[in-house]
Amino acid sequence: MNKLFKHLSVFIGALLISMSSFAQQKEDSLELMRSNGKLYVVVASCFIIVAGLFLYAFLIDRKISKLEKEN
Amino acid sequence: MKKNWWKILSFILLAYTVIAGFLIKVPDLPIIHQSIRNLYYHVCMWMAMMTMFIISCVYSIMYLRSSKYRNDIFAVNYAAVGTFLGILGYTTGALWANYTWLTDQSQSLGSVLKEPKLIGAAIALLIYGAYFVLRGSFTDLDKRARVSAVYNIFAFAMLFPSIWIIPRMVGSLHPGAPGSDSGNPALNAQKDLDSAMRLVFYPAVIGWTLLSVWIATLKIRYQLIKDKSLINE
Repeated sequence: MNKLFKHLSVFIGALLISMSSFAQQKEDSLELMRSNGKLYVVVASCFIIVAGLFLYAFLIDRKISKLEKEN
Repeated sequence: MKKNWWKILSFILLAYTVIAGFLIKVPDLPIIHQSIRNLYYHVCMWMAMMTMFIISCVYSIMYLRSSKYRNDIFAVNYAAVGTFLGILGYTTGALWANYTWLTDQSQSLGSVLKEPKLIGAAIALLIYGAYFVLRGSFTDLDKRARVSAVYNIFAFAMLFPSIWIIPRMVGSLHPGAPGSDSGNPALNAQKDLDSAMRLVFYPAVIGWTLLSVWIATLKIRYQLIKDKSLINE
C-alpha cells in the first residue's frame, strides 16, 4: 500500500511537471479557459467543488463501512 | 459496490448540472436575466428538503407502529438533513431576491420582508427547529422517540400549507403566486422554463435529492454504530 502510494505520487508529480511546460507553450487547448468572458473558469471551479464534496462523502462512506464490518 | 450505483448516478447528474447549467442557453427574461440559472440550485434545495421531510415522516409513522428505536434514528437524521437543505435554500433565496426583487423601482425592503413565501418557509423551518429542541429536552429515550415522532407528523402536516398553499392564496413576488402573472404552478412552460432548461432542471432535482439521501444514510449508519447497544434487533 505504502509503495503503491509512493509510485502514484511520483507519477502525479511527473504529470504536473509536464503541465507547466504546456502552459509555457500556450497551446490552443488552453485557450478554452480564456474565451467567452472566462465563464469556463467558473464552471471548472464549481465542478471541482462538486467533485471534492463527493470524494469527501465517499471517504466517509468507506470509513463507516469499515466500522460496520468490525462490529 | 452493486448497491452503490445511485451514488455514482448522483455524481454524474450533479457534474452534468454544474457544467450544462452554466453553459446551456437560457431565455433572457427582464430583471432576472442570467440569474434564472439559480433554478438548478436554489429550487433543487427545496425539492430535496421536501423529499427528506417526507421520508422522515414515514419513518416517524413506522416508529409509532413498531416502537423500534432504529426507525427513530432514521426519522431524526432525515429531518436533520432536510432542515439543513432548507437553510441552504433560504440563504440562496435571500441572495437571489436581493438582486432581482429589490432592483424593481416599486419594491422596497419592506415589501420583500412581507413576502408570504419567505414567511411561510421560515415558519416551516422554525417548526422543524422546534422538533430538535423537543428531542433535546428529553432524557428518557423511549419517551423522546415517541413524543418527537408525534410532533414530526404534526410538523409535516404544517409543511406544505406553509410553503405552498398559503403563499399561493395571497399576492407574492415569488413565481407561482396569483398576483405575479407567472401562472400556477411556478414552472410555467411558456414563459419561465423552456425545454432546454427542463433538460437540466429535472436531472438536477434527482441529483441533489440522491446526494441528500447519501448524506442522511451516512449520518444514520454512524449513529447505528454508536448506539449499537440500544438497538435490539
